[in-house]
Amino acid sequence: MIEELGRDRLARVSRRTMLAAGLVAAAVALVVPASGLGNEASNSQACQLSVFSWWTGGGEAAGLDRLIKIWNKQNPDCPFKNETVAGGAGSNAKAVLAQRLSAGNPPDSFQGHAGAELRDYIKAGQVEPVDFIYKQAGFGKAMPASLINQIRYNGKVYSVPVNIHRANVLWFNPKTLKANGIAVPRTWAQFMAALQKAEDAGLTPLSMGEQWTAVHLMETVMIATLGPRGWAALWKPNSASRWASKSVTSALNRYNTVLGYTNSDAASLSWQEAGKLVADGKAAFNIMGDWQDGYFSGKKSGDNLALKPGSGYGWAPVPGTANVYDWLSDSFTLPKGAPHRAAAVKWLTFLGSRIAQDTFNPVKGSIPARKDANTKLYGAYLKTALKDWKSDALAGSLAHGVVAPAAWSTDISTALGLFLQSKDVARFQTALVAAARKSAK
Amino acid sequence: MRKIRRWGPGLLLVSPSIVLVAVFVYGLIGWNVKVSLSDWRQAEETSGFDTSAYKELFPGGAGETGEYARAVATGKPPESLSTDPAWIIDLHHALLFTVAFVAGALIIGASLAFLLDKGVKGEGMFRAIYLFPMAVSFIAAGVVWRWLMNPAPGDRSTGFNLLFEKLGLGFLRNEWYLGPDWGAAALALPAMWALSGYIMALYLAGFRGVPEELREAARMDGASEWRVYRHVVFPHLRPVTLSALIILGHISIKVFDLIVAIGGKQLITQTPAVYMWILIYDARDYAKGAAIATLLLVGISVLIVPYLIYTVRSERRV
Repeated sequence: MIEELGRDRLARVSRRTMLAAGLVAAAVALVVPASGLGNEASNSQACQLSVFSWWTGGGEAAGLDRLIKIWNKQNPDCPFKNETVAGGAGSNAKAVLAQRLSAGNPPDSFQGHAGAELRDYIKAGQVEPVDFIYKQAGFGKAMPASLINQIRYNGKVYSVPVNIHRANVLWFNPKTLKANGIAVPRTWAQFMAALQKAEDAGLTPLSMGEQWTAVHLMETVMIATLGPRGWAALWKPNSASRWASKSVTSALNRYNTVLGYTNSDAASLSWQEAGKLVADGKAAFNIMGDWQDGYFSGKKSGDNLALKPGSGYGWAPVPGTANVYDWLSDSFTLPKGAPHRAAAVKWLTFLGSRIAQDTFNPVKGSIPARKDANTKLYGAYLKTALKDWKSDALAGSLAHGVVAPAAWSTDISTALGLFLQSKDVARFQTALVAAARKSAK
Repeated sequence: MRKIRRWGPGLLLVSPSIVLVAVFVYGLIGWNVKVSLSDWRQAEETSGFDTSAYKELFPGGAGETGEYARAVATGKPPESLSTDPAWIIDLHHALLFTVAFVAGALIIGASLAFLLDKGVKGEGMFRAIYLFPMAVSFIAAGVVWRWLMNPAPGDRSTGFNLLFEKLGLGFLRNEWYLGPDWGAAALALPAMWALSGYIMALYLAGFRGVPEELREAARMDGASEWRVYRHVVFPHLRPVTLSALIILGHISIKVFDLIVAIGGKQLITQTPAVYMWILIYDARDYAKGAAIATLLLVGISVLIVPYLIYTVRSERRV
């Protein structure tokens, strides 16, 4: 009875309050989206070049900062808006980007690995071809023809490469090798002997990190076995039969053997941690892209190791890939519906220029996609890379988006994850053939 | 008119919420199911009806059901099975994780509550200490536990392995989350650590909710302390156990952040939610990603819906 009375009073007292609260809530629901729209409208009036990337740390961020400074000086009417998303080696950024593109809210330009990884955006009609920029700015002459051929899709180019990284590099510590009487291997047989010698000496013969670095390792072993042509053939349309070939079987068998020389805790290490094992003299070799050079030689303040190139660490092409440049490249695109298209075209023209590439790359730790770099600006490793870039045959990277679109490389990565557990080569090859067939659909 | 004045303001108050929930929760669930049943399996959007995404996740016909169940239990999908082997491994991980996490957190939580219930000095402090890990996000806990459970061999050991070594318990060294058979159970340790304090709080409230008179009556009847708990206190804790099971179960089914913080995107630690992420954002296989999302929702509903029905019924009885 008392409770009943109480409830009634509560109802009476609060009815007016509730009405007011309801109105406020409804008003808020109406006003909030409206004010959001208002903001957007005012933003698009002042020109701002929004550039989306995952360059948030280390040399990449420092290099981008230098580019931004030049851009802002040259384009005071359309300053740079740096839209970076950190984490996951770009995978977080790609997720955010996918949402923005499908919501019809593209940035003026976004970062993507040059090559097949951009195909998804191209097929979805989210980026424009940029051949006209190549023609106007003369990139066709400045960059190697074989590079432009490899990033062309259906006869058109959709991005401007800013840099070139090399994936097939064997890293070692000269002191460790000397102490154990191991020579730097050039051929596959020498490599096997060196790994065995390192194992006998109680070292980790080859240090490896988490799953994607295992994909990276597989790619270099396959290029060493198949050669750049055989490798390129795997990525042509309807290549399933090539994946089923005996040469792929022998490449996978080699890969299986190499995996036997890697550290048991690979899946718990980042690529830096795996590289550090070599620097610390605990592992004899590491196969990683040339960003390892930035980690080895970079300043301590940037969480790098500050080693001396040549004595603190050494490098050679992965055995069997001496005259092959297994390349990957960061490039920028022109999204369809870019809010400031003219500025974006200007940005891409700037990115391909010699000054931009020679500003960015020495800091980022990569070489320019152009052939006319000013060699003096680059460190010891990069000097050798610049030389090789001019003479080597090119092979596109799988782990870094050049040869296979994202869906295909995800299938390969999953098959490889299963293989790392089962070590069943025949089954792995069957899965790779199936992945090739699926991607041909 | 009078009637409207009675329920109108209330409706007005909740209507923004109803609209938002209808659109952004149920609307999007519906959209997700629609995508999962479409042929949108690459970057370009398509919308034809297609069940192929589900076919890759379920056994290929009744004949395969036994093989499928065995593969999920062992985590070793045979080549003859037509189901996506990565998904089988995900399910195996989810199963191991769930069993270890739910059982571990329940047992640890209940034991802690039992000890506190017996009366200790500074109970408040202990309660805070045990409850505290819940305030740490799974990402932060994952980073710390990744170091604790470092599987590195030899002189590179850290965390538990190093501790075991120093204590002369070297035989306890193990690969933790990289173990091919029990790795997913090791992944459950941080989750157990984070939530057993919360389960303790639930049980402690449950223990305290048992009227002292009942215990005294039992003691008067000559029941031993164990029998008092066995026959008087524990039966009162059934609703608490049920809530704890639901809470732990649904966390376990959708676990994502902890796994990514410890293992990243690798098959060796992959759970269904991580695979969903990879499929949608890396492979752009939207239909299959949405199919996994739908299955996760169904999995959670299997837990939650009976619980809701139970709660509504028992509330009506009160």
